[in-house]
Amino acid sequence: MADSAPLICKDIHKTFDQLEVLKGISLETKKGDVVSLIGSSGSGKSTFLRCVNMLETPTSGDIIVHGDPIRFTTNRKGERIPADNKQVELIRARLSMVFQSFNLWSHMTVLENIIEAPIHVLKVPRKEAIERAEAYLEKVGIYERKDYYPAQMSGGQQQRAAIARALAMEPEVMLFDEPTSALDPELVGEVLKVMQNLAEEGRTMIVVTHEMSFARDVSSQVLFLHQGVIEEQGTPDKVFDNPDSERMKQFLAPKF
Amino acid sequence: MIDLKGYGPALLEGAVVTIELAFFSLALALVLGLVGASAKLSKSRVAIGIATTYTTLIRGVPDLVMMLLFYYGGQVAVNNLSDYLYDAYDIDFFFQFDPFISGVITIGLIFGAYMAETFRGAFLAVESGQIEAARAYGFSQWRTFHRIILPQMLRHALPGIGNNWQVLLKTTALVSIIGLTDMVRVAEEAAKAERMPFHFFIPVAFVYLSLTAGSELFIKWLNKRANVGVVQGS
Repeated sequence: MADSAPLICKDIHKTFDQLEVLKGISLETKKGDVVSLIGSSGSGKSTFLRCVNMLETPTSGDIIVHGDPIRFTTNRKGERIPADNKQVELIRARLSMVFQSFNLWSHMTVLENIIEAPIHVLKVPRKEAIERAEAYLEKVGIYERKDYYPAQMSGGQQQRAAIARALAMEPEVMLFDEPTSALDPELVGEVLKVMQNLAEEGRTMIVVTHEMSFARDVSSQVLFLHQGVIEEQGTPDKVFDNPDSERMKQFLAPKF
Repeated sequence: MIDLKGYGPALLEGAVVTIELAFFSLALALVLGLVGASAKLSKSRVAIGIATTYTTLIRGVPDLVMMLLFYYGGQVAVNNLSDYLYDAYDIDFFFQFDPFISGVITIGLIFGAYMAETFRGAFLAVESGQIEAARAYGFSQWRTFHRIILPQMLRHALPGIGNNWQVLLKTTALVSIIGLTDMVRVAEEAAKAERMPFHFFIPVAFVYLSLTAGSELFIKWLNKRANVGVVQGS
């Protein structure tokens, strides 16, 4: 299935208690796509991203990673749960995630953070994992910090280390959950630059972001979410310059 | 050197018993504490109920009462069970509750309850993002626990474990009541026979003091190791 889409999401719904947060989101990616998910807070964009790698279990809808659909079943309470936890673990290892608050493991050095999952989840030999990690640290520009602990670095450096951790999995799709939202304004640029390089290399990425310039200049597809539905979807040119949706026009309008 | 009137070797043996008792009890308490904390944090109502009953019961009953209950009551229970098994199934089973085993079980049970609270707090202190990152990278539940949660939890639990250990060490003195020849028991006999209480109890106090002081240093060192990667606030 070499030519199948890296990730397909079909009609994803998610309900928390009574509240329906996602009301049917579908997404199909091609290899090398950079999809930006934009929208105001509470629109459901982060929840959708968390459904993609099953940090939240979608109430209904399908997720297909390279032709491999995630299997679901229902538990005694009638809730939908993954049928096979092992399958979910394998799929997660192919979709690595970069978090808003970095979530580097605080008791490990940067290098240890990066080799942990390749060694223990992907079963890469230690020596190879270290070589791989060092190459990716070089790429994100923090090789000289490899023996630092996360708390000893700036937010921008931590997020770049987290991106190296994601790259070391050699994932099919990279998921970014507001990767620059927790950073000081002057550190946002260094992280966006790394992400732009990754996009140019042809990596498949799904990015939840508030950085409109990134969404406009780097992505191949933009989804504008509002109250759990896709309000506007298309190329950046279409979505930013010629939107059909009133909401999208309001969202883009100068705020003051 | 103080003249211990020939009780020196016996006191030393007693001190060894005290230390053994403390270590075995600590091991049991740590296991019970981890199990208790996991039960309290689980989603199962039955597990939560059992763990809560356990900690409430233990923390509400004096240590001495529990010890007497286990030593005398435990033997009666074993005797009854033994009679029943012999009558009903012809199985010859007997188990002598010696003071050492009773002591380990009682002290382990008591401190297991305190450890459960310590561990529960420490579990909750681990940031959810740390666990989420592990899940997101395909870790199994067990790997998430032993690679991420356990090392981070220990950092939060160590001060509490250290505290419990110090109190546990001192609680071992209670087993002299049920006839275990620990250091306190030997000193008590010697003091009575020689009519020299200061002469025997003060050295015993010093042994306890040096044990607690020594463990304090060890715990400090452990703490330093566990806090690797944490930037201390100035």
